[in-house]
Amino acid sequence: MNAASAGFIGCHGCGLLCRMPDPSRHAHCPRCAATLHVRKPNSVARTWALLIAAYILYIPANVLPIMTTSTLLSSQDDTIMSGVIYLWTSGSWPLALLVFFASVTVPLLKLIAMTVLVASAQRRSTWQPMQRTRLYRLVEFVGRWSMMDIYVVTILVALVQLQSLAAIQPGPGAVAFGAVVVLTMSSAITFDPRSIWDPLGDDRA
Amino acid sequence: MPDLEIPDAVLEPPRRRIQLVWIIPIVAAVIGAYIAITTILAQGPTVTISFRTAEGLEAGKTKIRYKDVEVGLITHVGLARDDSGVIAEAQIAKDASNLLVEDTRFWVVKPRVSSSSVTGLGTLFSGSYLGVDVGKSKSARRAFVGLEVPPIVTADVPGTRYVLRSDEIGSLGVGSPLYYRRIEVGQVVSLALDPDGRAVSLQVFVNAPYDQYVTSSTRFWHASGVDISLDATGVKVDTASLAAIIAGGVAFQAPPDLMPAEAAPAETTFNLVADRATAMRHTDTEVLTMQLYFAESLRGLAPGAPIDFHGITLGEVKSVDLEFDPDTSRFNFPVVVDLYPDRLRSKVRGGNMVRPPTEAEEHARLDALVAQGLRAQLRTGNLLTGQLYIALDFFPQSPKTTLDWDQSPPELPTTQGTFGELQAMVGGLTKKLDAIPLDRISKELEGTLADARTLLKRLDADVAPAARDVMGDASKTLQAAQATLASDAPLQADLRQTLQELTRATASMRDLLDYLQRHPEAFIRGKQEDPKK
Repeated sequence: MNAASAGFIGCHGCGLLCRMPDPSRHAHCPRCAATLHVRKPNSVARTWALLIAAYILYIPANVLPIMTTSTLLSSQDDTIMSGVIYLWTSGSWPLALLVFFASVTVPLLKLIAMTVLVASAQRRSTWQPMQRTRLYRLVEFVGRWSMMDIYVVTILVALVQLQSLAAIQPGPGAVAFGAVVVLTMSSAITFDPRSIWDPLGDDRA
Repeated sequence: MPDLEIPDAVLEPPRRRIQLVWIIPIVAAVIGAYIAITTILAQGPTVTISFRTAEGLEAGKTKIRYKDVEVGLITHVGLARDDSGVIAEAQIAKDASNLLVEDTRFWVVKPRVSSSSVTGLGTLFSGSYLGVDVGKSKSARRAFVGLEVPPIVTADVPGTRYVLRSDEIGSLGVGSPLYYRRIEVGQVVSLALDPDGRAVSLQVFVNAPYDQYVTSSTRFWHASGVDISLDATGVKVDTASLAAIIAGGVAFQAPPDLMPAEAAPAETTFNLVADRATAMRHTDTEVLTMQLYFAESLRGLAPGAPIDFHGITLGEVKSVDLEFDPDTSRFNFPVVVDLYPDRLRSKVRGGNMVRPPTEAEEHARLDALVAQGLRAQLRTGNLLTGQLYIALDFFPQSPKTTLDWDQSPPELPTTQGTFGELQAMVGGLTKKLDAIPLDRISKELEGTLADARTLLKRLDADVAPAARDVMGDASKTLQAAQATLASDAPLQADLRQTLQELTRATASMRDLLDYLQRHPEAFIRGKQEDPKK
């Protein structure tokens, strides 16, 4: 039993409980005129759209240089992976692992997690709703820390501007990477976690 | 709960909305596709360049630069299949793919120090890179053999290449300077020994616009070092610039007396001669070898000594030999000379192109000259060193002779040299002196002297007293003359008075003549009274 199946809807604006005669139709609050919806509108489609965009941009984010370091004598383009390889070959492999984990694995895992969530919600799966909800919370929580790479690049770009001696420029990869992070976060927002539990209600009803 | 008054939500009219959110993945896909396509399109060709060693080559680091613009990157360095060298794979920028033609050259730019220059110092800090020299060919190529040494002259430098051939290279090396009137105008690009090992070929590059001065008549010579020569013309010291003395060099110039010729085409082969004097010498296409026999000693006559015809060198001594004639059991000293009839002819024709005379004509001409008395003669060129040279001159008195053209080489008649001539003259003089009958002359002289003595005695006895008397008389006469001419003598006083009178008379006469000139009528009418009175 949930609010939707009982034919009720709560207003997001003023908290007024309303009776929803037809849940498939758009409606607005009789008191504050805020738009009422039972679930986040088009949640699955929007999440898919954002996820697909994130997937597409994940490729240039890893292939294109994220940072261009130019010194007096040479200039060097660094992708995320080349940085990881550099750290690994120069011996600081814990740092390499950290960067690899934070910048390559976590975004990818987030994308996969969101894909699993939205796919299962779309198929109205009843499989492990509790675990899926936890996964969703984790993804939402991790999201805000995913911009670390971008922060680092931004700070370096701001700090290392020694004119001709040395300069660091953000590369196109940084933009793509930032877009991936933002899109993943947006997809987590557009996803409605209640849709994980809805199929259970159907079964009971 | 259900009893509570729960308001109904206000339903909105149903409407179909396009899901705007799908724009986001479409935009992302478009951006991704754009990046992918531009990346693929920007990707230029991959080339392989083989080197002997991978020194200075590093995959992913070593750049390829053309005119200091980055045009590519070494992506992989590996051993060649037969381990004979290394093969570097390079990614060339798309817009630089037209650089990859048949004769494009690659080399590693790294610090190099040679006797003539220091290059590539910048790479000490930045690391070495690959230099490119783009060829002129049109056909594309993807596999190259890298140069171990950077080229001296790159294809984009305007100028012309020539080939020099020399017996030896002296102190020349790759990069040795090329001088035209002591201006550095080019460099030696490469050196190569001929396959048979007999000569050396040098590739030289003359920068524009100096290459226009390389004409078909241009001569090249070694400008290396100091050239001191001592010959019949004296001591000569010839040097180029200080740099050339140390590093060696090549100089070129056209002989000044030649007509300006057309610029030589690229890759023209020139001879590189030892020094300027040799280079400036007349080119003698035609050589007439002749043999001379001299009676006098040949000490001081060396091969190379000039054959001089009134100051113009017409040839040179080729060899001085000794031959034994078994028939007469005598030694002969044949001097073989090279004559250059061309030189004589150019003076004859005065610059006009005349067809070269045939051999018969040539022989006839020489025959005529010999008939006129043309002879060779040994002369001393330098008294200090005793250097001899051979002079050609006309001796009409010399005994008639003809040339035997069947002999090889034909013999040119000679005459005794100036020194020998002098000897002969002195000999002749001595003979004549010998012939004089000195005994008889001395006897007659004795008699004459005795006669003279008696004559003198007689003079002393008879003539001397008479002469004394005459002298006494003369003295008296002179004294009388002195008295007459003295200033206070009466004759003198009279004479002075007379002269004063004469002066006055002359003055009156002048007055009269003046008056007459103004008044000619006075001649008839007499002097008129002055009207003013």
